[in-house]
Amino acid sequence: MDHPIKRDHSRFRKIIKGKIRQNLRRFVSQGQQIIPKGKESFNIPMPSIEIPRFKFGDKSQGGTGQGDGEAGDPVQGQPGEGQPGEGEAGSDEGNKELEVEVSLDELATILGEELELPRIEPKGKKQIETQVNRYTSIGTVGPDSLRHIKRTYKEALKRQIALGSYDPNNPSIVPSRKDFRYRSSKSKVEFENSAVVIYMMDVSGSMGDEQKEIVRTESFWINLWLKSQYKDIEIRYIIHDATAKEVDEETFFKTRESGGTLISSAYKLCKSIIEADYSPEEWNIYPFHFSDGDNWSSDDTKLCMELLNNSILPSSNVFCYGQVESRYGSGQFYKDLQAAYGNNSDEVILSKIKNREAILDSIKDFLGKGK
Amino acid sequence: MLRSRPITGKLKELQKEIEGYAIDYGLDFFEQIFEMCDYETINILASQEGFPSRYPHWRFGMNYDQMSKGYRYGIQKIYEMVINTDPCYAYLLDVNNWVDQKLVMAHVYGHNDFFKNNLWFGNTNRKMMDVMANHGSKIRRYITKYGLQNVERFIDCVLSLENLLDMSELFETSDIKRKRKETERQFAYENSLEYESEDSGSESLKSFLRSKYRHEKSKKKVAKESSEDQLLKIPKKIPERPVRDILYFLMQYAPLEEWQVDVIGILRDEAYYFLPQRITKIMNEGWASYWHSTIMTQKALNASEVIDFADKHAGVMVMSKQNINPYKVGIELLRDIEYRWDTGRFGKEYNECEDMPEKLHWDKKVGMGKEKIFEVRRTHNDISFIDEFLTPEFCNRQQLFTYKYNPRTERFEIDSRDFNAIKQKLLLSLTNFGSPVIEVIDGNFENKAELLLTHRHYGVDLDMSFATETMRNLYYIWKRPVNLQTIVEDKEVVFKFNGKELKPLT
Repeated sequence: MDHPIKRDHSRFRKIIKGKIRQNLRRFVSQGQQIIPKGKESFNIPMPSIEIPRFKFGDKSQGGTGQGDGEAGDPVQGQPGEGQPGEGEAGSDEGNKELEVEVSLDELATILGEELELPRIEPKGKKQIETQVNRYTSIGTVGPDSLRHIKRTYKEALKRQIALGSYDPNNPSIVPSRKDFRYRSSKSKVEFENSAVVIYMMDVSGSMGDEQKEIVRTESFWINLWLKSQYKDIEIRYIIHDATAKEVDEETFFKTRESGGTLISSAYKLCKSIIEADYSPEEWNIYPFHFSDGDNWSSDDTKLCMELLNNSILPSSNVFCYGQVESRYGSGQFYKDLQAAYGNNSDEVILSKIKNREAILDSIKDFLGKGK
Repeated sequence: MLRSRPITGKLKELQKEIEGYAIDYGLDFFEQIFEMCDYETINILASQEGFPSRYPHWRFGMNYDQMSKGYRYGIQKIYEMVINTDPCYAYLLDVNNWVDQKLVMAHVYGHNDFFKNNLWFGNTNRKMMDVMANHGSKIRRYITKYGLQNVERFIDCVLSLENLLDMSELFETSDIKRKRKETERQFAYENSLEYESEDSGSESLKSFLRSKYRHEKSKKKVAKESSEDQLLKIPKKIPERPVRDILYFLMQYAPLEEWQVDVIGILRDEAYYFLPQRITKIMNEGWASYWHSTIMTQKALNASEVIDFADKHAGVMVMSKQNINPYKVGIELLRDIEYRWDTGRFGKEYNECEDMPEKLHWDKKVGMGKEKIFEVRRTHNDISFIDEFLTPEFCNRQQLFTYKYNPRTERFEIDSRDFNAIKQKLLLSLTNFGSPVIEVIDGNFENKAELLLTHRHYGVDLDMSFATETMRNLYYIWKRPVNLQTIVEDKEVVFKFNGKELKPLT
């Protein structure tokens, strides 16, 4: 029998998802656990419900801390954060923040687990086995570039204390050959297969910075997941207003045009890119289109459907359309696609992204079918 | 189910060894039981605040969600857990290496001694494991009878008020407590009679008070006769004096069904059980760290383990700029006290000495350090601990500072390293275990059976959106409007929550 906490846990998950106890949904915070990775950091969704209590408001009062620095030096983060060894009210636990370095692979796994994403069954012929190396253990030999500084330091410290050559007043540690420790790898067999993601975005005037930021975040997670599923992945970017052009990643997120919107222009370009570079037999193709739902005319929308039906859909794994809510967009295009393909199509996945909080839900919409 | 098992073999021997050191050092503890478990089990236990059996509630599931993620993604891991019971149970994690286990055991003996000897723990129920399990089966029974949705909703409301506790409750012996409650009940009962005889009392107040005490009437009749003279002194006001133990007030006066009163009672018992740990965090962790450090470095460590121990110890002691680390400040302050009482750096003579070189080399060789820290661990809580023993030299050595928000740069910045500022801020954050002080001052506000609360304002405003939601929950229990006196941006305000929204009273 499962431990009763599993019941509490599934109840919690249901509340978070808004299936039961809707009145509690107000207190759900889509909290995120930040994982540092190199210079950047990534967030793991860590939803929680804060039971309302009388508590102090004004955080600007600050608090007390420990460390060096002059008056006026910044204190990172929020009061109460990052307290080491913080325990629950009830018991005394020795918690320890671990030094973490999460690889992109692991991050993708986390995302997959969180959103319960199914693994993708790749199509195509390029399913050749290859060996890849994963650095998961520590060894005593290796190249300098893989030296593990902290482990090496610890070994050297141990040796110097044992030999009596450690001086606490002048704690300099000199590692010798024998102290060196290296990251070492294990080989793993993986399949060779490739995918291409083609991002299309409406950059007409009605798409503001906030909308683009949503698309940027969403595309980061989509890329991350697809990269974890395919050995090779290529990403292409198309922007459009009344005309479409292919651009690099930076331009994709920066460009803002003022013209009207002809979605068909982007679909045409997408079609020609697929025809020129990506044979559907060898590639898993993922066209993603983001817009605020405005199109110039219903004639153009008709043209879009034709392009989808005759060219894009037959060659793609799945076509994804994400509609970002904006103040100016009518949202009509979503309705048109919905009328044409319905909500449960295997070929066309639709998702509405209201705001930043909805990004994870929308990723789940897109990738949750395992296509 | 839980997969914890008693330790055996070499670990059992290790326990004997560590226990021997603890006894030699004069620690005085409950029988100590160590159980070994895997990370799944320790996550479950930690999610349930250390207890193997709790009542069903989603928040334990939430804790579990976060703990297991934290572990899986390598963000944090729990090394050990110990609960305040007799015998004292502690859980070890099976994947920990030998040095970790040693450290944890030594640490746990420190906590055990603290639980047993610190006076604030004196009235905690040491059989809480059984009590918690009973609470679980009671609430499960209510769920079967009244529905999960109903019971859970009610528990959520009560949890909303869980931090409205009265610290002085911890010091009442059960005997005094019983007597006081009897008289209070008597007062309430007599009051209800008075309301009955007057037309001015509101109908709803009368009716709920009547129903509440109707069944007690028969029981108390005899007692009533004998305390006739007491009746003369009975004030009309409910409560007679401002009440901080708001859950208890609700049990007495709110129009509740019996099972609801019982649920409040259960949650209240649990809240008071955990309260001593909330008010002794710095001392308790400091004391346990002091002993793991002492036992490990003086007795238990092998030469080959020193580095790994130092690494772990340093990890626990790491300083933070956003907050003080209770382990670090606790252990350092205890060591400072030991040093001061060893060298005689206390009292009138030392404090009034103005000769700096003399003060710097002050050593009267009084050697009272150990004795003093044992006394401190017995009688103090975090507030009195900081209030009495924090010194300017200590703040300086420990690099303590205060920080606050600078609206111009839009960030938090170091504000001051002034001793009084640090002490004041630290004490403020510890006052009333970090919760606002809220009291019930009137259960029949404006003679409409409304509730009037007051927030004792010590310089920091309430978070009003949280206050609104809390009052919504309180309304659900009280069933009449709830009013709150507080100060917002230096202005006194009374808010009324009328069941729908919060409005300032004009």
